[in-house]
Amino acid sequence: MTMAAPIAELVRDYKANARIVIVGASLAGLRAAETLRAEGFTGSLTIIGDEPYEPYDRPPLSKQVLKGWVPADHTELPRLRHVDADWRLGVAATGLDRDTKHVRLANGDQVPYDRVLIATGTRARQWPNPTEAALEGVFALRTRDHAARLQQALAARPSRVLVIGAGFVGSEVASVCRELDLPVTVAERGPAPLVGPLGGVIGEIAAEMQRDHGVDLRCGVGVSSLEGDASGHVRRAQLSDDTTIEADMVLAALGSIRNVEWLEGSGLAAGIWGVGCDAGGRAFDINGVVTDSVFVAGDVARAPHVLYEYEFLAMEHWDNAVLGAEVTAHNMVNLEPHYYPHLLLPGFWSGQFGVNIKSVGVPPFGDEIAFVQGSVKDRRFAAAYGHRGRIVAAVTFNQGKWLPHYAGLIERSAPFPPPPSGWDQPDDLKPIPAEFPEHGVPTAIPDVVLTGHDPSERRAEFRPRRR
Amino acid sequence: MRIVVDLNRCQAYAQCVFLAHETFRLTGEEALTYEPNPDDARRLQVQRAAAACPVQAIVLDRSDGAERSVTS
Ligand SMILES: Cc1cc2nc3c(=O)[nH]c(=O)nc-3n(C[C@H](O)[C@H](O)[C@H](O)COP(=O)(O)OP(=O)(O)OC[C@H]3O[C@@H](n4cnc5c(N)ncnc54)[C@H](O)[C@@H]3O)c2cc1C
Ligand code: SF4
Repeated sequence: MTMAAPIAELVRDYKANARIVIVGASLAGLRAAETLRAEGFTGSLTIIGDEPYEPYDRPPLSKQVLKGWVPADHTELPRLRHVDADWRLGVAATGLDRDTKHVRLANGDQVPYDRVLIATGTRARQWPNPTEAALEGVFALRTRDHAARLQQALAARPSRVLVIGAGFVGSEVASVCRELDLPVTVAERGPAPLVGPLGGVIGEIAAEMQRDHGVDLRCGVGVSSLEGDASGHVRRAQLSDDTTIEADMVLAALGSIRNVEWLEGSGLAAGIWGVGCDAGGRAFDINGVVTDSVFVAGDVARAPHVLYEYEFLAMEHWDNAVLGAEVTAHNMVNLEPHYYPHLLLPGFWSGQFGVNIKSVGVPPFGDEIAFVQGSVKDRRFAAAYGHRGRIVAAVTFNQGKWLPHYAGLIERSAPFPPPPSGWDQPDDLKPIPAEFPEHGVPTAIPDVVLTGHDPSERRAEFRPRRR
Repeated sequence: MRIVVDLNRCQAYAQCVFLAHETFRLTGEEALTYEPNPDDARRLQVQRAAAACPVQAIVLDRSDGAERSVTS
């Protein structure tokens, strides 16, 4: 007898009777649920989310919603199919017990699973000083509630907005402020906006774009403290260069923190870097061994990418959440050799100052950049990033139609600088350094130690950090 | 109705803007914005726009999603 028949039987039985729990009721969680059903999973499905809302889309929050075009509660995601799930919304998962296969909830409930998907994403990094963060008029932006409050505050026409951090969210909010004709100051510790994701050369162009639109952009400075008035409303900020900014509204756009705390004690490879998993979304345990019943997708996942020397990448992009969820959900109800790999060529878009910025590949993986089409002066161009003689990423400003061309080159590992396109070509195609910040030493290294000697007892373990 | 546009895919051909300009608009040369929750009266218009999109970037509700059993 071959093994094929019993295994097929196993998969059929699993699809009919298993219990699957998804933790995180947002983009990745919803798309995973829909894919499970599309794959013929008819067992029990529970979706747990700490926000009280049905899954909604975040990118409009920093764009249409803040402009006042779209109410924050009009961002619910379309449903691609009926998922017939038990939705537990407004309650956080607080623990994962892999021995008894239960997810623990904040209200004391325990939800049993055969397979569980971790899709808890990230949250906004708050202003580090809690007293200052609590001042009236100080905001963060990650959720629908944040966006609603921020929009209201903008509509009340503050006399000046201070945006701390010129990443994508900070830059998009600065752009909205200018569209609303509000005075805005952007304080960025790095040398220019968007330097982390796109490098200093593109950062310089983004800086000019902000200044041309009347943003008071201050680079190379940090905000050292926020001050409020007697009623507890923020009034001014002290910068590290000893200057003061009068602002009655502040957005802390300081990046994101992965929602992994609830996994403490679960024995998974989960930490500040995200939850480690293979390219099929199967989580690694703390020893780096792949698990059979725990899966990960979306912003919280960190997986090796074949095109980028198998480096573990966490991609906080919309399409990564969608495709990662689809691949992972497929794998949750199938077995080897029918697993799918998540081989997305990462991409993102951002709309700011009337310019459509798009990118494919992983720009920070490159060390050189070459402008390959269009004109920087007109802010309508394509640039390619190279690493060791091959093209690894591309970015366009108002030139999105050309992106698929470069995506194809990246997928085929074409040489860098890429062959001239023969269309709308700038005079100078010569590569220059892309000016990414030094990778340097990570700021927070987890303490993982090894214990035991024999293969049967050799283990990794997290140790509390000694300070 | 609920919609979402995959703006990674969207190439700003503006077909949707021609067909349903109350729901889709271009800001600047090629940055598309849209109303994610257009009025049901616009359903037909939005469906036409989605069908006309050359890269199929517009995703519409295919189920009403009415199935919640919420705890807490
Ligand atoms: C303002 C803004 C603008 C953006 N713009 C763009 C853009 O232009 N282009 C682009 O590509 N990407 C953009 N993104 C990123 C994109 O939204 C994310 O990549 C995407 O939301 C990731 O989906 P996810 O489901 O993995 O995580 P999330 O959307 O973060 O969802 C995770 C969910 O899990 C919940 N959760 C967390 N912990 C628990 C717990 N213990 N128990 C239960 N539930 C929990 C969270 O509350 C959240 O609802 C933007 C993001 C933001 C915030
Ligand atoms: S028709 Fe499609 S590609 Fe064109 S602007 Fe609309 S969504 Fe984008």
